[in-house]
Amino acid sequence: MSKFHVTTQVNGDEVEFLCDPRETLLDCLRDKLNLTGAKEGCGTGDCGACSVSVDGRLVCSCLMLGVEAEGKTIETVEGLADGEVLHPLQQKFIERAALQCGICTPGILVAAKALLEKNPDPTEEETRYWLAGNLCRCTGYDKIIRAVMETAAEMREAS
Amino acid sequence: MALDDRKSQFTFVGTSPDRPDGLDKVTGRAKYGADAYAPGMLHGAILRSPHAHARIVKIDTSKAEAHKDVKAVVTRADFAKVPFKPGLEGEFWNVLENVMAGDKALYDGHAVAAVAATSALSARDALKLIDVEYEVLPHVTDVDKAMAPDAPVIREGAADYSVPEGMHPNVVRYHESGHGDVEAGFAEADLVIEDRFVTEATHQGYIEPHACLASLGNDGKGELWCTTQGHWIAQKTCAALLGIETAQLRVSASEIGGGFGGKTTVFIEPVALALSRKANRPVKIVMTRSEVFRATGPTSSASMDVKIGMKKDGTISAAQGVFRLQGGAFPGAPGDLTAMCAFAPYNLTNVKQTGYDVMSNRPKQAAYRAPGAPMAAFAVESVIDEMCNELGLDPVEVRLKNAAHEGTKASFGPRYERIGLVETLEAAKAHPHYSAPLKPGQGRGISCGFWFNHGGETSVSLALSEDGSAQLMVGTPDIGGSRASMALMAAEVLGIPYENIRVTIADTATLGYNDVSHGSRVTYASGLATIKAAHHAVEKLCERAAAKWGIPVDAVKWENGCAVPSGSNAGDFDPMPLADITADMGSTGGPISGHFEATPEGAGVSFGTHIVDAEVDPETGKTSITRYTVIQDAGKAIHPSYVEGQFQGGAAQGIGWALNEEYVYGEDGRLQNSIFLDYRVPVASDLPMIDTVIVEVPNPGHPFGVRGVGETGIVPPLAAIANAVSNAAGVRMRQLPMSPPRILAALKGNG
Repeated sequence: MSKFHVTTQVNGDEVEFLCDPRETLLDCLRDKLNLTGAKEGCGTGDCGACSVSVDGRLVCSCLMLGVEAEGKTIETVEGLADGEVLHPLQQKFIERAALQCGICTPGILVAAKALLEKNPDPTEEETRYWLAGNLCRCTGYDKIIRAVMETAAEMREAS
Repeated sequence: MALDDRKSQFTFVGTSPDRPDGLDKVTGRAKYGADAYAPGMLHGAILRSPHAHARIVKIDTSKAEAHKDVKAVVTRADFAKVPFKPGLEGEFWNVLENVMAGDKALYDGHAVAAVAATSALSARDALKLIDVEYEVLPHVTDVDKAMAPDAPVIREGAADYSVPEGMHPNVVRYHESGHGDVEAGFAEADLVIEDRFVTEATHQGYIEPHACLASLGNDGKGELWCTTQGHWIAQKTCAALLGIETAQLRVSASEIGGGFGGKTTVFIEPVALALSRKANRPVKIVMTRSEVFRATGPTSSASMDVKIGMKKDGTISAAQGVFRLQGGAFPGAPGDLTAMCAFAPYNLTNVKQTGYDVMSNRPKQAAYRAPGAPMAAFAVESVIDEMCNELGLDPVEVRLKNAAHEGTKASFGPRYERIGLVETLEAAKAHPHYSAPLKPGQGRGISCGFWFNHGGETSVSLALSEDGSAQLMVGTPDIGGSRASMALMAAEVLGIPYENIRVTIADTATLGYNDVSHGSRVTYASGLATIKAAHHAVEKLCERAAAKWGIPVDAVKWENGCAVPSGSNAGDFDPMPLADITADMGSTGGPISGHFEATPEGAGVSFGTHIVDAEVDPETGKTSITRYTVIQDAGKAIHPSYVEGQFQGGAAQGIGWALNEEYVYGEDGRLQNSIFLDYRVPVASDLPMIDTVIVEVPNPGHPFGVRGVGETGIVPPLAAIANAVSNAAGVRMRQLPMSPPRILAALKGNG
């Protein structure tokens, strides 16, 4: 099967790759662009470990084909920090022990950032429902939810 | 081990600094199993049996081999001839048989062949070109049916010496223990309750599927990168299965995306090595989620009978349990551990427990956090709750009345050293949660839980640098922040800042043998090893300082990161900081390092008590957990935030096990729910905040008092939630999961 040439923007960089029409955006990010921050936990859109932002919309990159990335603007966990300065969510997750094994962390950070962009003052319930598509098996979510809400409060104060 | 160095006050231990690997893990640069690539790498894929039980008549791989992108195809013939031995004696044979079927496919998902191709897509395409001729055999997936006289035999001769004569060949191990006279004890009781309990298999559910990158040549030398809880066991097992020398295979542990016991053995690693040897190129294999569910270790399912006799004042006069554990198509289900844990929290005069390890046509069970203990606690603590209700007694008081303490003869034999069960119960009684009012439709449950904890073979090496920083090499993969706790313990002994210590998970070629990160052993055993290695380095630092000062070494002691003169004839010298000694160590005797290689055996058992409130919707049968409190003895919490995290994570997994999670098999013996959509683990919106209380009753077997905390947290939840749900619904729930249909059925049965 012949491959498709795709040009897209990832974390501010213009990139191109060749992909089989059966390959997912996640396959392309990981195997062709060496962006292995997004993880494949399930391949069926149930775990959220592959969460990325496409044109400002939170998606499971395992449910989107690589060819669909043509002309899009994509943000992954690798693009969260501003140079050497971590995003406040990244900093807070470290400080508050909001990760244990860390495999779900990239997806949760991308999803949480999308939440705070939409809703800078989420309730606990809103935070829990927004992150319900991101499975974490280690933490019981307690410290994750607290870290997100605490970050939201600090970002509101700072703005 | 001398414990006179135990400190009453700590500088670093007990604080919660940022973890050393935090930045890597929030930026996406931490490398997990599937994140490794090698030049010339091929992609492997595994063909799996669609049948629960079938004789493999013929495998024709010729069409797959002819595929233009395929570089190697392997079947069982490409592995070493490991001899079959009964029971667990032949564990290498069991693992080999599990990673690649021999004469028979033993469960839905059992590997039968594998290919390596130039792309992952080609590898999967090529699997479809392999023709396997099966002769389908009768199967059994239920534990009670597998023990019945007419059950199909999974494998003749698999039982070991422990199994009494006359049992079905699927019963492969038998355990019986206890003390006293249970019949006399039941005769003394004012109330005797006997009930049957059933739990389904659940999966560890780590978010990272198994993944590896293997390279092996026909010179017998290899490299393996994999996500594992223990790379030395992976090294040893893979070498045996491939017929190569252990030392010739270097295994590096990737960052690990969760394990919970499920990554304590190998699945794809020997297959990738066999493919690599045949293709003479590196081979990467990454499991799909469906493969993880179908072919890697879930827990055992269990069927259990528990009988308890109690006096009117709440004293337990006798306790007896029979625990039947289904462990898949191989020996290893924790019938013994389940039985031994069942009554471990209590000080009993008369107790007897029996455990069965039963094979069926399911995947080989793997450890899952305190294997066996949660099921046993579900049965035992449910019966105790029923008895408290019947006799009108407070459930915490009854547990306190019967609680084991220092000197108690444990139900499984030995006498306890200093333990903290009573302290967790007292903390539960005093906690505001226990006296908070309940709303209509809500119920409260409590349960105690016990786990042994483990020491295990441990090697640690600590090397000082000229600038006074330290590098610490440990061999237990860091699943939940253990680099941080190791650095804290090393900092405590060396007296240098936490940040000056770099902790590395060493590969198998750079450190001596290390047992797996399991048994809640890492903070205990690698921690003890780290402390001992740091003391070893401190001894050398004191020797160098003594030589510089020209005084005897026993006139030097180590304080706050400095050598200081000590004693009447030591002389008057200014404290000499660590960095001043290491600065010229090359000319004062050479590099300064510390080591520890041994098997620590004072792990110290662990107890916890959980309080949970549940609300049951009588219309839908749905249960909501409205409040949850974990109280557990940590001995000494090295990094309290990560101790809390272990408590919370164990509770969350227990909530999933109690309410939602189960392996569902069809009549055809195939797993019906092999994706996360159908096998539903708790999501953020399912759970409340999980409150924690860290009790600290020091473990006499650790210099700082540490008890492992990883596993005990999953022991009480099944029972505590079942008690809460039963009290809320007004009907006793004796089968897990307590899914909405089961609760509705129970409510109807009651009405």
